[in-house]
Amino acid sequence: MSTPHIEVRGLTMAYGDYVIQRDLNFTINRGDIFVIMGGSGCGKSTLLRQMIGLHQPAKGAILYNGVDYWAASEETQASLRRGFGVLFQAGALWSSLTLAENVTLPLREFTRLPKDVVQEIVALKLALVGLAGFENFYPSEISGGMKKRAGLARAMALDPEILFFDEPSAGLDPLSSQRLDELILELRNGLGATIVLVTHELPSIFAIANNSVFLDADTRTMIASGDPKLLVEQGPDKVRHFLKRGLSES
Amino acid sequence: MSEARAQLEGDARERRLVLGGDWSLQRPQPRAAAMLPGLANAERLVLVAHELGSWDSSVATYLAAVLRHCGARGIEVDQRDLPDGLRRLLALAFAVPARPDARGLAPRKDYVTAVGEASVRLWRDLPAMVEFVGEIILSFQRLLRGKARFRRADLWYFIEDAGVRALPIVSLISFLVGTILAYMGAVQLALFGAEIYIADLVGLGMVREIGALMTGIILAGRTGASYAAQLGTMQVNEEIDAFRTLGVSPIDYLVLPRMLALISMVPLLTLYAGIVGCLAGALVATTVFNVGLYEYFNETIAALSLKHVVVGVLKGTVYGALVAYAGCLRGMQCGRSAQAVGETTTAAVVLGILLITVSASLLTIVFQKLGI
Repeated sequence: MSTPHIEVRGLTMAYGDYVIQRDLNFTINRGDIFVIMGGSGCGKSTLLRQMIGLHQPAKGAILYNGVDYWAASEETQASLRRGFGVLFQAGALWSSLTLAENVTLPLREFTRLPKDVVQEIVALKLALVGLAGFENFYPSEISGGMKKRAGLARAMALDPEILFFDEPSAGLDPLSSQRLDELILELRNGLGATIVLVTHELPSIFAIANNSVFLDADTRTMIASGDPKLLVEQGPDKVRHFLKRGLSES
Repeated sequence: MSEARAQLEGDARERRLVLGGDWSLQRPQPRAAAMLPGLANAERLVLVAHELGSWDSSVATYLAAVLRHCGARGIEVDQRDLPDGLRRLLALAFAVPARPDARGLAPRKDYVTAVGEASVRLWRDLPAMVEFVGEIILSFQRLLRGKARFRRADLWYFIEDAGVRALPIVSLISFLVGTILAYMGAVQLALFGAEIYIADLVGLGMVREIGALMTGIILAGRTGASYAAQLGTMQVNEEIDAFRTLGVSPIDYLVLPRMLALISMVPLLTLYAGIVGCLAGALVATTVFNVGLYEYFNETIAALSLKHVVVGVLKGTVYGALVAYAGCLRGMQCGRSAQAVGETTTAAVVLGILLITVSASLLTIVFQKLGI
């Protein structure tokens, strides 16, 4: 088998002397939908921030196609980052730009396409997330769910190889959240991107993920990894409990 | 990588669009608009993709334009040859119809309209300003009855921030202004051998007028701007709405402590600015113009009656209240974007300085008429 798309080796995350998680090891293959699971405050979002290059790990390595991100030169880091699309928790749309301008900005910065082609691409990306016709709306004029989808359109602007999602369904109603899951799945199938998401929405986890890691806040390390559908039967007690409680509720 | 291409083949009725090469957003690609006229008489279009190499959303964009064109003209499109992912992507793009009442960007306004609208905005701003004064007065009334709710810790924080932390900049500016006054006066007074009157000039000038004015302007830039930015950001995060829904008056909770802090600190800062100015004057007079320190001190005491000190402090207090008012007003009026916070901060400083200047003129005329 070829090198995994993303590999995390012996990663330790800390704020100063305070260790959040230690000795994380896992691999993500091309085309995986990978979930970072765990209770509140276990360091899920921090892990995501270190993977997208916002926060340097205390120890260990994160490799993309075999290239160690944090050991690489600044140019290599920048070119790796260009292959990332990130959807932040609240969308993080630039509030002074319209939706179309939000999606246009990365295209304008990183491609040399003529203006009208960019416009068509932007229209397509917004159509993909179901926001056709909302080009000239400002983020403050649309709902939370629409902001998330617009953020997704922006994250996909450059056809990234890896899409990162921080709690994509937080703050969405169950139906919108289900539609977003379907959208993520469709986009993966359409564009062939690898997807990494932080979530504790059990329906999403079972609906779309095929690989995962479970971070434990008490022992401060990962206690399981693999397909959540298998973990729910064979994982450690804590993971089974976490994954099953949702099943009995829904 | 081979170049992306799209070629139209076949007879006029049933056309074949052969896609080939590697399509990438990073490289030039065929334009759909150039090909569409070739479909003029077509009834059916077959998309052929077996020569297509790697692809990304550039080919999807191209095909979306083709599909839209064909859809509008009733041309049947055979997509069976497309890669699975591409077909899904196109289906997704057309799954949700475009919003029918889609709107364009606001059209550019001509000059006359822009001036007119700006004037109307300015006119409409007046009632809002008066209303805010009313709200603050009501809030002070609640304070006097002990019913205004805010955190005492906030008040102390604002007092420290507006008062103690402003000392370095107030010291620097007052010292320099005092020096300038002393020099300017001394050059003229030296013609008459009356250097001793530097003390009168600097003392009266700093304590009665300029100390207050400088303090007011410094606070407009320092504290007024920060109040506007704080309240503006809270407005963006809907924190102010959160107070309203809780039934806590945002005026009591947010505006009142800021007003109180500035109103209580500015008199002290004004006095301080006056003293620093006089010291600067003394330094210039004694070192450069050979006036004795004791004489200078005596002359200053003789020139400054309590009346002048009171007028200066009173003016300073008015400026401080106006600066706090401008900062809080603009902050509460802030829109919901990062840009709006910036605009609101600028507007607060501009309004603060404008109000200071207007009130300085008015107060000077009033005091003159009253003969104080």
